[in-house]
Amino acid sequence: MSAGDIAAFAQGAVVTVTLSFAGILIGLPIGLSLALIRWANVPVAAWIVALYVSVLRATPLVTLLLLLFFALPNIGVPVDPVSAAIIGLVMNTSAFNCEVWRSALMNFPKDQYEAAQSVGMRAGQRFRRIVLPQIVMVSLPGLVNEMSLLIKVTPVLAVVGVVDITRAAVRIGAETYEPLPPFLVAVALYVPIVFALVSLQRWIERRQMTAGAAA
Amino acid sequence: MIHDFGIVWSERALLLSGLANTAILSALSAVAALVLGCGLAPALMSKQPALLWTARFFVDGMRCVPFLLFAYIVYYGFPTFGVRLDNWTTGLAALSIYNAAYMAEILRGAWVAQPREPIEAGIAFGFSEIRLFRRIILPPLLLSAGPVIGNQMIQIIKDSAFLTIIALPELTHAASSIQSRHYVPFAAFITAVFLYWGLCLVIEAGVTSIGRLADARR
Repeated sequence: MSAGDIAAFAQGAVVTVTLSFAGILIGLPIGLSLALIRWANVPVAAWIVALYVSVLRATPLVTLLLLLFFALPNIGVPVDPVSAAIIGLVMNTSAFNCEVWRSALMNFPKDQYEAAQSVGMRAGQRFRRIVLPQIVMVSLPGLVNEMSLLIKVTPVLAVVGVVDITRAAVRIGAETYEPLPPFLVAVALYVPIVFALVSLQRWIERRQMTAGAAA
Repeated sequence: MIHDFGIVWSERALLLSGLANTAILSALSAVAALVLGCGLAPALMSKQPALLWTARFFVDGMRCVPFLLFAYIVYYGFPTFGVRLDNWTTGLAALSIYNAAYMAEILRGAWVAQPREPIEAGIAFGFSEIRLFRRIILPPLLLSAGPVIGNQMIQIIKDSAFLTIIALPELTHAASSIQSRHYVPFAAFITAVFLYWGLCLVIEAGVTSIGRLADARR
């Protein structure tokens, strides 16, 4: 493998990590908003969100990406591979995040909410001061799990031409006629990233378990 | 727009064969992954360190590798060792081996949560290890892990779409060829999305009925 190949992998790694971060950071608040719409049972909107989540959870990211990449220009929205990738990741991850947030909201103790109401907190305050800090803690393992799933589907972004780790591996394999080594290098780059997130998730779960046992 | 869907309708044979291939591929690899997972789960619970750590390494490794890369490695790796496989066998092998790790982990999770008494009763009755696992441990395990196994089957369907990169004629591949032949991207892919949704709804319905069965046995 030449120095140019190593540079290509490094650039690919930067792209993979940046796009994953963008997807995670944008997907978190959107997932929360969707969950709130369902939780508050907003007429019509709650129903649309339920449908959105159900469809998106069943849609493979490849299919979603191809849809975005080819169909958006068709209806007059120009889209480059990177924007298609970010939109696709956000749509995909927000649907899963919504379910994590929603289950935390559904299990939120009603008495606390009523107590906050009785001391005269406004709806926004109640949510920000009482509900949010607690559901963040409950949702954290599920959200981190979803992050590791998101990173595991990012190789698909190469299909629409995003130059990430996988695309670099495909190109190097095509140039050297030895496809296996570059893919093994790619795996060696992905594994630590995903493993770090999986370990983080286990650590959080263990910490919460001991905290729960102590309380 | 209506016209575009008309084109997709005229290509329905291609799309339906893609749907059938996705369903067959997912069903076969789900069964294979579950069987392999059942074989692997006892290893994850084993008291022999060598066996335990080998199984642990495989399962944790698979859970950290993106499926697309694993599929590439199976696709390019087997020929390196002189084994020639067609697209179907490669796809099936990749999906089954990869998801076997997830199935094993799911079963292990359910196993840990099982009550000890029936197992101890089985041991007291003199069941051999294999019969103990097959007759006493496994059946309640499969029932209680049913919903999570169902989720994993949905994951398998979604993973199968990745196999479009090795030119396996599944649903996404069919939608792609319709789009490239007629340039009707929205109609072609949105139809594929709704077909995937339909498949997943069928699985969810199946999981619900298994859940009812599990409740009835309780």
